[in-house]
Amino acid sequence: MRRLLVAGAVVALAATACSSSDDRSLTVYSGRSEELIQPLIDRFEEETGIAVTVRYAGSADLAATILEEGSSSPADVFLAQDPASLGTVATAELFTPLSEEQRSRVPSRFSDPDGYWLGISGRARVVVYDSTNVDPSELPQTEDGFTDPSWSGRVGIAPTNGSFLAFVSAKILLDGRDATLAWLEGMAENQSPTFPKNSAIVTAVNDGQVDTGLANHYYLLRALAEDPEVPGRNHFFAIATAGSLVMPAGVGILASSQRTDEADAFVDFLVEDASQRYFAEETFEYPLVPGVPADDRLPPIETIPTPDLDLSLLATTLDEATDLVAEAGLL
Amino acid sequence: MTEPGSIVEIEIPAGVPAAPPGSTEQRRSHGPWYLWVISLLIVCVIAVPVTSLALRLLDATDAAWQSLLSWQTVRLMVRTLVFTALVTASATAVGVSGAWLLARTDLRFRRAWGVAFALPLVIPSYVIALVLISASGPRGLVADITGVDLPHLVGFPGAWLALTLSTYPYVFLITAAALQRVDPALEEAARGLGASPARVFRTVVLPQLRPAMGAGALLAALYTLSDFGAVSLMRFDVFTRVIYAQYSGRIDRSPAIVLSIVLVAAALIVIWAEQRTRGDGALFSRKPTRPPSVYRLTPWQRATGTTFLAATVAAGLVLPVAVLSAWLLRGLTSGIDVTIPFDAIAGSLTGASLAAIVAVAASVPIVVLAVRYPTGASNALERAVYVMFSLPHITVAIAVVAFTVRYARPVYQSLLVLVLVYAAMFLAQATGPAKASLLQIDPALDDASRGLGRSHLATMARITVPLMSKGLLAGGLLVFVTALKELPATLLLRPSGFTTLAVRIWSSADELLYTQAAASALVLIAVSVVPVYYLSIKPKDVVGV
Repeated sequence: MRRLLVAGAVVALAATACSSSDDRSLTVYSGRSEELIQPLIDRFEEETGIAVTVRYAGSADLAATILEEGSSSPADVFLAQDPASLGTVATAELFTPLSEEQRSRVPSRFSDPDGYWLGISGRARVVVYDSTNVDPSELPQTEDGFTDPSWSGRVGIAPTNGSFLAFVSAKILLDGRDATLAWLEGMAENQSPTFPKNSAIVTAVNDGQVDTGLANHYYLLRALAEDPEVPGRNHFFAIATAGSLVMPAGVGILASSQRTDEADAFVDFLVEDASQRYFAEETFEYPLVPGVPADDRLPPIETIPTPDLDLSLLATTLDEATDLVAEAGLL
Repeated sequence: MTEPGSIVEIEIPAGVPAAPPGSTEQRRSHGPWYLWVISLLIVCVIAVPVTSLALRLLDATDAAWQSLLSWQTVRLMVRTLVFTALVTASATAVGVSGAWLLARTDLRFRRAWGVAFALPLVIPSYVIALVLISASGPRGLVADITGVDLPHLVGFPGAWLALTLSTYPYVFLITAAALQRVDPALEEAARGLGASPARVFRTVVLPQLRPAMGAGALLAALYTLSDFGAVSLMRFDVFTRVIYAQYSGRIDRSPAIVLSIVLVAAALIVIWAEQRTRGDGALFSRKPTRPPSVYRLTPWQRATGTTFLAATVAAGLVLPVAVLSAWLLRGLTSGIDVTIPFDAIAGSLTGASLAAIVAVAASVPIVVLAVRYPTGASNALERAVYVMFSLPHITVAIAVVAFTVRYARPVYQSLLVLVLVYAAMFLAQATGPAKASLLQIDPALDDASRGLGRSHLATMARITVPLMSKGLLAGGLLVFVTALKELPATLLLRPSGFTTLAVRIWSSADELLYTQAAASALVLIAVSVVPVYYLSIKPKDVVGV
């Protein structure tokens, strides 16, 4: 048995060693999960003949990894869930600017103003609520209403989650540090239950553990696809605040990449209409290329009130966001 | 084993075994040089994350250090230690009870019970937590089937249950292995002298089990201390959550690294506590020639014992499999695409089996030095292994990434590094059973072999290691199934394009794609059935002692 294991291991090692000798290849660091993006990458490989090796991990992990690797990163392309991770790499000057043509595909508010990264799909911040316990008309106009004592213990948040921290970073930029800290303290005072991640909040709302929660819009649609009976519903804030932001997932090309043609082809591919339709239909995100419709259960992206915010600045307030969350006692 | 066991000896060794002719004083106390050379290599591997952590600490900002000195830290530390103690107590109680029932009584279908009782070992603790959450509550599976409204299982009770179910199999397996080697003659003597069965268990069986129970409880405690997935899903606040929060919420990784020192301190406390309560522990008897005596249960005891086994298996195995199957069926009937993750299966098997082989090979010199040549240095070596086991995987992974990216670029993001890190992190699981089995081998056998002219090395290869084979196999399989479910280090250290079942389960569940998560989790359980079958109670010839 042991000899067999050793033999198997040697074969596997050998296979790993010889697998990267293809001529047309590309290494992608992806903060988007394998479940969501691999089918699209398979399609890219088929269409172009470029072999793609993907490293999947959290977006912030990969951003930190790229910073550690510096100019000798094996990655050619960085695909991230949130603007803060992309902004971190851009600030460290490790991205190369994207072409005008690529940038023109997506409205400028979803991309880096300096052209170092491009939004590829949108994720709206929403309130998920349990429709059996909560009447949507009771829900507040902005996230600030949730610090009211009537919501005590009824709003799930994920203070350690990347999307929530990006939202706090945005709130710092929009409302200032003091107002953000006051809001976080209000949520803490209200004994808001904390969860490790968005998906846990949506599950808890559907299970009746908590009445509402702050999450990204698409988790509920996936829960509905798995089980159409779940009672959760999405609520979009009516007033433009950090709580109604549409955060883009995006892509950038590493300045250290030796495979810029392949990397360009990959970025082009992600903003093709067909790929954008994939995001709408398979991951339930908002396509960002104009003319490609989102899932018809969602309000059109143009109708979501959006605060005026340069998303590339989110990276600058990310550490401060974690400080404030800790100061408010939510960690 | 052909050695006669007619004369039974239990000795608490006052010192080291008598030296064979010709050996020097120094050899006697420190052990052969090649064991130390191998051990130093192992120490070097372990030292990489530890020194890399230390280097990062030197760079850490003042703000990071300040976070250490808050009341919040102290409060969480106390909470974490109390929680760990409670989980360890329940896991030990469940594990030892199960081991005794299945190894020493006439309960029926013991083999099948043994496999089922050990199987929760293979289910990642975050999957158990996810399943408990989904099954409980007024809208949960249990309420759906039975019509009984259950409360939501979250917070302390949920976390405690999830981690007890994830950790008791460690205690069970190690204790069961030791129980099979307990000499029946001692118990018979005690019974013959009029001691009640309870007294025999307390005064004769339990002391002999002490090393195995200690090893199992230590694994359970350290696992609990470093778990993040289950406690965070149960929303029970312990120390790992703060570390993770600092890690995921910043680009600057030094606060997370500073905070993990506290966890290292906690691990040292646990290790120290285990050592304090162990006393002289080094206990060996001549290998019994007869199987241990079987205790006949009264009908009442039989019913209680069966109920206990059934309840544990229901919570730790049947419920997870039922919930996962329900998810899978629900998805398949509503037309959701499910793929069999062949690449993940291959990745899991490769990584975990290599890790097991490396860990077992490394455990032999460490254990032989610690047991046969107990000096300060060999003791420290053994302790270092446990410290490594207790480090949060995410911390180890960050440290190793930082080291390899700077100083070992050719092996950066290679399978080699992943396997070495697995082996280093889980080495304690190999040394635990190995040590328990070595403690039960009479050192007089080594002396006899060397007295007959065999060298140290030949004695080890021909006598000691074969006698330890049961413990080594158990240790290797423990490492294998633990590596199968490892997540945080795998995510950071794996080669690009390399994936495992644990990774797929986590990433599917994270996206609420429960159908695919369930498919991968059921495959993981299926893959682990064979090693767990070997690990659970089995006839001696399977192991070939």
